[in-house]
Amino acid sequence: MATADMNESGAKPWLLLSPALTAITLLLAIPICFIVVYSFWLKTASGVPQTGFHLDNWAEVLTDVFYRDILFTTLKIAFLTTVVCILLGYVPAYFIAMTTFRHKAFLLLLLMLPFWISYIIRTMSWINILGGSGAINAVLLWLGIVDEPIRMLYNEPTVIIGLVHYLLPFMVLNIYVSLDGIDRSLVDAARSLGCTGWQAFREVTLPLSLPGLAAGSLLCFVLSAGTYITPLVLGGPTDAMFANLVFEAIITQLNWPLGSALSLVLLVLLGLLVTVYNRFIGMSQIAKTFG
Amino acid sequence: MDTTKRYERLLERYRNGDLERRTFLGLLGAAGITAGLTGGPFKALRGHALAAKPDEVRFDGWGGVVSEAFREYAFAPYTEATGIEVVDGTFGGADEYLARVQSGQPGEYNLAHLSGVFDYARYHNQGLSSTLNEDNIPNLDNVIPRLVDVFRAITDGNLSAVPYDYGTTGIAYNRKHISDDEIQEKGASILVDPEYKDRIGGWSEWKTRIWYAALQSDQDPNDIQDMEAVWEKVRENRDLLLKYWESGAELMSLLAEEEIYVTEGWSGRIRALQDQGHDIGYYDPPGGLGWQECIFVLKGSPMEACEELLNFMLEPEVAIAVAEGQFYPPALDPQKVELGEVVPTLPAFDPSGTLENLNFFDPTYWNGNEDDWSQTFSRVQRGY
Repeated sequence: MATADMNESGAKPWLLLSPALTAITLLLAIPICFIVVYSFWLKTASGVPQTGFHLDNWAEVLTDVFYRDILFTTLKIAFLTTVVCILLGYVPAYFIAMTTFRHKAFLLLLLMLPFWISYIIRTMSWINILGGSGAINAVLLWLGIVDEPIRMLYNEPTVIIGLVHYLLPFMVLNIYVSLDGIDRSLVDAARSLGCTGWQAFREVTLPLSLPGLAAGSLLCFVLSAGTYITPLVLGGPTDAMFANLVFEAIITQLNWPLGSALSLVLLVLLGLLVTVYNRFIGMSQIAKTFG
Repeated sequence: MDTTKRYERLLERYRNGDLERRTFLGLLGAAGITAGLTGGPFKALRGHALAAKPDEVRFDGWGGVVSEAFREYAFAPYTEATGIEVVDGTFGGADEYLARVQSGQPGEYNLAHLSGVFDYARYHNQGLSSTLNEDNIPNLDNVIPRLVDVFRAITDGNLSAVPYDYGTTGIAYNRKHISDDEIQEKGASILVDPEYKDRIGGWSEWKTRIWYAALQSDQDPNDIQDMEAVWEKVRENRDLLLKYWESGAELMSLLAEEEIYVTEGWSGRIRALQDQGHDIGYYDPPGGLGWQECIFVLKGSPMEACEELLNFMLEPEVAIAVAEGQFYPPALDPQKVELGEVVPTLPAFDPSGTLENLNFFDPTYWNGNEDDWSQTFSRVQRGY
């Protein structure tokens, strides 16, 4: 009887997990396997890839300075975006978590509001803000501060601005969840022991909110590094990111094997980052935010 | 009375001036309903295999004003007349579409508004061409012969597409900043003029970039001898660019917002801008690039339904309406068909119907270099 119960309790989680596992297997694991296999094939002139085990694509991707440089640029943009998101995201998250405003839910709703608008539309909206005849230039010209429009668009900073606009809510939400979970009596205790407000923040609040900060940073970094639209819309001639190369290999050059190898490089790099995060902090922090 | 007869009668009345265009299109719809109630269209198809009559055919095009014109003047009346739904999709370019077709099932995609002879050849080489029964497309006789012949040469005398329109990729410039005299003096070289650094735009498509770089380095784009000189010009242009644009909509936005003063551009899109009141000039430099677009029927498609749609789309009234909507001259021969008042005013229009002044991609030459040049351009474009 006891054995039967154990079998039942052992099988039940798997039974409950099976729809999710099936979906992950069919929609993620198997397609990734296909991509891995494709990466060892070769493009031919006819468009039908030459099957087999060829290391040519991998040799090209891993040794060519072109791919290495674009990858470095991608990681740099993702890093800078993450840093800006941290700097801009902490204050509003702190404010929402600590405010005594009765309608805190309304503030959170405002935070979620941008998600109701398409990411592409949000990205393109910067053209109307930073463009030659955009809002900022129109005001500067009207005030007589400048004689002709300042060029602000289509460079690396505008790509970062577009990414920050897209990713900031992720950062704020993660930090907010972390701050909201802090026992306020710990801060009170620090203050009663002689800490100034700044010291209490530095010694108590900030360290306890670091898991949320780390979760937000991970999300911002991974999503930035895999972005494709933002550099396309807001970037200049040489502001491509790694995902643009994947698109170009697969769509423009019809070189699916090379595109597969490129996408796997990005997947492995970002996967390593997630693994390190999971090892030291754990994915549960991200689950809390979206739970 | 079959569907074709209904079209013919309505067209006859329209041609005689008894019907306005709107009434004509409305009656086409009514004819379609009648046809549906009295037994349905495509008797010929029914004779062969009723089960083979499709409920829908899929058409993919460029979107924007071009697709709007197709929807309004061609697909809606066709659907009303035949009961066959035209599923209307869009793509950003023939490359992207080819990737979609390759990953789809045969028959999933049917008709595509492809650009240039280059794409026709490429799709044929990928094994995606079909063979049209030209007897089912009598309006093909009205098409400019030069546009048809280049397709026949690729597909052993047969056709997998009908030519539909043509245009040029010339130089578009903002007259507030660049005069007509300056553009005529500098020609294609204005796109590598340091005076306009950060005010130049360019299409991020390797063929167009190389074509113009060949002109800038005084070479025949269809017989380039010094490729290094071409890449140098592509780099020169890249370093002066504000942005590589990716679509017609982005081209129009950059010019209209005066982010850029000069770029190469598609004749129809520039005409659309001019009609919106923007003071944008358009100039086809010596050796400038012409192209034609076709409606390509992909292998595995329901051929008779597609041929019926093609014939309908080539009816002068429909083709002219689409041309006026999308601002590209139709492929119809002006020596055979009266094209009305607007078409002759469209950029790139050739009243002789010979198209002798236009230069097209040599499909054999460009297809042969595609792998090498498109990959190299990908690098040069990004600063290498």
